[in-house]
Amino acid sequence: MGGWHQLYPGHIPTSPLQKALLAAGSAVMALCDPYRHDMVAVLGETTGCLALPNLRDKMKNHPEGYRILQERPRIRLSTLDMARLQGLPDGSLGREYVRFLEDNKVSPDTRMPPKFVDDEELAYVIQRYREVHDLMHTLLGMPTNMLGEVVVKWFEAIQTGLPMCVLGAAFGPVRLSTRKLQVLATELVPWAIRSGLNSSCVLNIYYEQRWEQPVESLREELGIFPPPAVPV
Amino acid sequence: QVFESVAKKYDVMNDSMTLGIHRVWKDILMHKMNPCPGTLLLDVAGGTGDIAFRFINYVRSVRQRQLQRKLKQHQNLSWQEIFESYQKDKFNSLGDSQVVVCDINREMLKVGKQKAQHLGYSEGLSWVLGNAEELPFDDDKFDVYTIAFGIRNVTRIDLALQEAYRVLKPGGRFLCLEFSHVSNPLLSRLYDLYSFQVIPVLGEVIAGDWRSYQYLVESIRQFPPQEELKAMIEDAGFFKVNYDNLNFGIVAIHSGFKL
Repeated sequence: MGGWHQLYPGHIPTSPLQKALLAAGSAVMALCDPYRHDMVAVLGETTGCLALPNLRDKMKNHPEGYRILQERPRIRLSTLDMARLQGLPDGSLGREYVRFLEDNKVSPDTRMPPKFVDDEELAYVIQRYREVHDLMHTLLGMPTNMLGEVVVKWFEAIQTGLPMCVLGAAFGPVRLSTRKLQVLATELVPWAIRSGLNSSCVLNIYYEQRWEQPVESLREELGIFPPPAVPV
Repeated sequence: QVFESVAKKYDVMNDSMTLGIHRVWKDILMHKMNPCPGTLLLDVAGGTGDIAFRFINYVRSVRQRQLQRKLKQHQNLSWQEIFESYQKDKFNSLGDSQVVVCDINREMLKVGKQKAQHLGYSEGLSWVLGNAEELPFDDDKFDVYTIAFGIRNVTRIDLALQEAYRVLKPGGRFLCLEFSHVSNPLLSRLYDLYSFQVIPVLGEVIAGDWRSYQYLVESIRQFPPQEELKAMIEDAGFFKVNYDNLNFGIVAIHSGFKL
């Protein structure tokens, strides 16, 4: 069963029954053990069968998105010129992205490669979504704490329609304190929803060619409203 | 570090895959062995200690009954004599039984030792790093040799069997607990369905490792069936070789004697 019909490196072909079991199992495991990021990834892959083709079509029908699908850029430490990005002016996408990576001590290389998506192009789409996640944080001005992640999930849920984002947005808040829940419900989520609905598709931006662009300008171009002035 | 996480998840995976039934299989193995106190057991590929702990429990309870019977017989002795004999036996709760756990994987042994400490097993237990195809023991050493769910992973089964023969004392017993073949066609199909559809998913969800469990399921199908394994055991020099099917052949216990 595994090994032949491999559509891309790392691909594990699965039957519909296996996908269903994986979706259920990964959902339970992701809730029980929040450190199992791999389970969130698996959940996304096994439930994305409607949302992923949708996203791919949005990209195909947009000139910049189309180019991304053709050229298949990857965001990895090996492909990023960190020194150059650090040298860019404050407020530019590149400078703020690197600042985000440093402040939150994250690396773009920890994203899981897809395994259970049975289409090579859709596998790239979900990979692109994962690699662009840190840029979402940068654009939205959200840190990688629980609150920040939930806000980004709300935005991504609206933007992508991926069930995994919807579940993350819905269940993420259960671990938050009441004070944070209040800020979330009154300020952050309404803003995330408005921005998500108003913004054009975030996967249609060739980020690697826009490092010099100021974050504010990119927000305006997309249609993301300025983040509310609350501590996150 | 990868191996350590696999080793830690090993027990959880066993319980999940077999719905806890592997515990019953191991209990049955121990009952078939029926060891008496003073037995020296070698448990190969026994990493996390399941067989070793069962052996110790079994021998301890047999020893308890032995001591109780002895006390009953001492009806005509003085209190002093009874007290003395009781003291002597009290410090020998295992009756000199010993089990050596041998595994090729250091991480499995580590997990086994931690479990032993956690569960309170200390005496009569030793842990040795070794390869089933080339055991680090002298000839004619052990009373019983067991290999539970390990022989499937050995590259040269014939060498492992020869080594088992070598390290056993004359009169010693070989016992192997392993996945085998289901002949009943309906059950076979259900078993295949469960194996191929559910087990890799469990591997991915619980251990984050689809491929190893996919491999496990495939390797079970490639392992020699009951009669073939019996012949291989006979080839190594064992006599009175037979097997018992558990759960219609999903698992089989093979037994042989060095005479």
